[in-house]
Amino acid sequence: MKSAIKTVAAVGALAGSLAFSGMAHAADTIKVGVLHSLSGTMAISETALKDVMLFLIDEQNKKGGLLGKKIEPVVVDPASDWPLFAEKARELIEKEKVDVVFGNWTSVSRKSVLPVFEELNGMLFYPVQYEGEESSRNIFYTGAAPNQQAIPAVEYLMSEEGGSVERWVLAGTDYVYPRTTNKILESFLKAKGVPAEDIMINYTPFGHSDWQTIVSDIKSFASAGKKTAVVSTVNGDANVPFYKELGNQGIKAEDIPVVAFSVGEEELAGIDTGPLVGHLGAWNYFMSVDSPENEAMIKKWHAFIGDDKRVFNDPMEAHYIGFTMWAQAVEQAGTTNIDAVRQAMYGQTAPNLTGGIAEMNTNHHLSKPVLIGEIQDDGQFATVWETDGVVVGDAWSDFLPESAKLTADWTYPWVCGNCEKPKHLTN
Amino acid sequence: MSVTNNADASRMRTVFFSILFVLLSLLAFSFPAHAQQNDAALNAALSDLNARSFKAKTAAVQALGVYGDARAVAALEALSEGRLYGRKSDKSVVIAERDGKIYRLTDPATGVSAGEATSRELKKIIANNKLRGLIRGVLGQLALSSSDSELRRAAVENVISSPTGGSLALLKSARDRETEDDIRARLETGIATLELGSDDPALRRAAVDRLADGNDPEIKSLLERRLLKNADGSFVESDAQVRAEVQEAVSRINDRLALFGLAEDLIFGISLGSVLLLAAIGLAVTFGVMGVINMAHGEMIMLGAYTTFVVQEVFRVTMPAEAFGFYLLAAIPAAFLVAATFGILIERGCIRFLYGRPLETLLATWGVSLILQQMVRSLFGANNREVANPDWISGAISIGGGVSVTVSRVYIVIFCLVVVAALAAFIRYSRFGLQMRAVTQNRGMASAMGIRTGQVDALTFALGSGIAGVAGVALSQISNVSPNLGQNFIVDSFMVVVFGGVGSLWGTIVGAFGLGIVNKFLEPVSGAILGKVVVLVIIILFIQKRPRGLFAFKGRAAEG
Repeated sequence: MKSAIKTVAAVGALAGSLAFSGMAHAADTIKVGVLHSLSGTMAISETALKDVMLFLIDEQNKKGGLLGKKIEPVVVDPASDWPLFAEKARELIEKEKVDVVFGNWTSVSRKSVLPVFEELNGMLFYPVQYEGEESSRNIFYTGAAPNQQAIPAVEYLMSEEGGSVERWVLAGTDYVYPRTTNKILESFLKAKGVPAEDIMINYTPFGHSDWQTIVSDIKSFASAGKKTAVVSTVNGDANVPFYKELGNQGIKAEDIPVVAFSVGEEELAGIDTGPLVGHLGAWNYFMSVDSPENEAMIKKWHAFIGDDKRVFNDPMEAHYIGFTMWAQAVEQAGTTNIDAVRQAMYGQTAPNLTGGIAEMNTNHHLSKPVLIGEIQDDGQFATVWETDGVVVGDAWSDFLPESAKLTADWTYPWVCGNCEKPKHLTN
Repeated sequence: MSVTNNADASRMRTVFFSILFVLLSLLAFSFPAHAQQNDAALNAALSDLNARSFKAKTAAVQALGVYGDARAVAALEALSEGRLYGRKSDKSVVIAERDGKIYRLTDPATGVSAGEATSRELKKIIANNKLRGLIRGVLGQLALSSSDSELRRAAVENVISSPTGGSLALLKSARDRETEDDIRARLETGIATLELGSDDPALRRAAVDRLADGNDPEIKSLLERRLLKNADGSFVESDAQVRAEVQEAVSRINDRLALFGLAEDLIFGISLGSVLLLAAIGLAVTFGVMGVINMAHGEMIMLGAYTTFVVQEVFRVTMPAEAFGFYLLAAIPAAFLVAATFGILIERGCIRFLYGRPLETLLATWGVSLILQQMVRSLFGANNREVANPDWISGAISIGGGVSVTVSRVYIVIFCLVVVAALAAFIRYSRFGLQMRAVTQNRGMASAMGIRTGQVDALTFALGSGIAGVAGVALSQISNVSPNLGQNFIVDSFMVVVFGGVGSLWGTIVGAFGLGIVNKFLEPVSGAILGKVVVLVIIILFIQKRPRGLFAFKGRAAEG
């Protein structure tokens, strides 16, 4: 009897102290979830985003945190496994009780977590260029929509300065982002008068390493006498053998330029970029841009990470813009309550690292500049073309007939992510 | 000529040489003035390269081409390769080579050193793709008259790929001067492609005749464009007789290209098959001899690839630069030993206790594979590791007809055949091979004959793992070196072994090459993804008919 009472008392004390510490813990810090793959095929791209989130949180804590509390990062590893992304998102929101999540890279991972965020009313900041055709109340898209990356890149290649390209190879990994982007690009090219036989579309699985046949097909497609370019939406580490095969088969950028939408400074850091010089990337930010904000940021980043050789890229800048806007919105709203912060987000501005101001629009997309750059042999990009001002992100592409009718606007009177008419009509 | 007096002869020699000397010095003095005129124009055009807009840079490059001065070559090459800079202080254009923290500068026209500068004092002159294409054409023109045949060969290719208005005349005069046969043949082809558009139908017919013997897909599409119609309905090629000849030439080239297409699919299939074979051969040994389903086999390949990375790093630090390319040869025995060691550890530590229980072995080795993956991830990081291709393995071999095979894959095919031959010889002729075969055929009888089956098992597992490690060395050249490397190959390895017949080396060889060739013949038709699906379905159907695979090993019947 005595031992039973002792056991119950011990368990009770333990449970009580745990609960108490849990409560005290929750009151002291603001939790920010970081949902990026730290292993698997996407680790090559996503590990740097986890690092930049830790850097940004550290910088904010040095300034005194948020609402007087310290910010605590909660890092999980969904391991490039799309269903695991959804599980980890649920864990972050329900168990860890984070106030916001910064995460994802591939669109399939985002589609996987979307129902979780909508069910549990969470908030996700998604920093990567994507295919559009989505605007969720619970996601803020700080990466480029197709009209801020894909379309300007193709227009540049069509122009005289870009080489007056007339034949197109659209090569992508087999999942929603390349499939949708290629649908939009095909529609755009046909609207510009490119005949169907001048467009070749091709998909490969994640991690594909045998590119011999495809590169050979690209070479023969390009030998028809018209200038040919490859628009690559290949994601993850399949890019490494792809570029190696291009280099080995002697495909020079002057003959067949390859513009990639998912290859940035981070992916190039793991490749021998000698044979890639002249191939292109289209982003809203390059590490090589000469501006005081960019220099200052890179210096602080190198000091934090302790390695001069680490690079900074577009999705990392997107996280910086998103985190800055979120912190400002929290301060303005005076709380981390998601609905209040969401209202405070509209109209938030933050300085771009390349100069100019980024603004969060009511369709949950940013206004950003577009830069096209050529790969240099040190793994950096040299800007060869840029927009004069900023381009407002368009969630629903004007080049797909079903989408052109739709508007995304989460403020009154629309309050809808994909409607043809406002939900609340004023008569 | 009669022999004159010695004194007279020497006086005449003195007079002759003094006149020569005066003439030469006169010429020498006049050259600088002439050169100075050219110098001024050249320097002006060179400094125009440091313009802001690509349009102005294009005009400057074209001007340098028109001057035809060979001293512009260095500047143009540097601009194309990203080594041309503008010095901010005096706006002069220099070629800069990096040396640590500073840049060593040279004057582009003279090659004379122009001092040093830091990166702050220089601004790189950026070229874009269009400009690089133009530079290639201009360099070709400037180098067409070079005395070096290699330079001439490259120049001819450059002019043919980026021709301008004056290229035809240039090529013709180069052809008249040319002494080497292969360069002259290439010049004739180039002239023929340009003469396709000439006004004289006889010249056009001769050009078509010349081009009909080739097998270049670009030339075929050039000819095809002559058969198209203009906007007003008339043919691009106005002469009917020439049109008929073009038609015939195109169909002849098409036939030849179809053969080349088949050859290309076959060659790619063989190279894919050799990759599959390398990955699967170790599994054939362990699965065949011991009946152990080793899910950690892919990780053995991965360990071999990482060993290659470590050897590369060691070479980078300790060896001189010329010897760096041979790290691959040193990596082969290293990878074998590392993977074999891990193989013995797995066998002694885990599999030995699970003989005769295939399901438990499968689970246990799956767990071991996860442990190995995480171990590598913790040691080396989750990201890919860069394994550089040494120079002798880069590039491609062109077979004609637009077919080219990368050198790395050719080496992999040869390497694979060597490894398989060595393994077959080892199994056939060595004492250990005899013991291995005995244990495979009838374990009980072999044990009764005095063979230590436990030791044979351990060493067989080591052999299979070691070969997987060696496969990892080869695969590090064409695939990503990441902790997930093993996962990419494990399924394919099992497919090959099951399809070819468990325990049979020949089965694995035929199975691997068969699957590779089928995959590559399907890929142009159905795409990469559907091709894999179709191959999997074919194997499943085949196994229904012949559960033991292609080359069923009769000896296993004795064990039942």
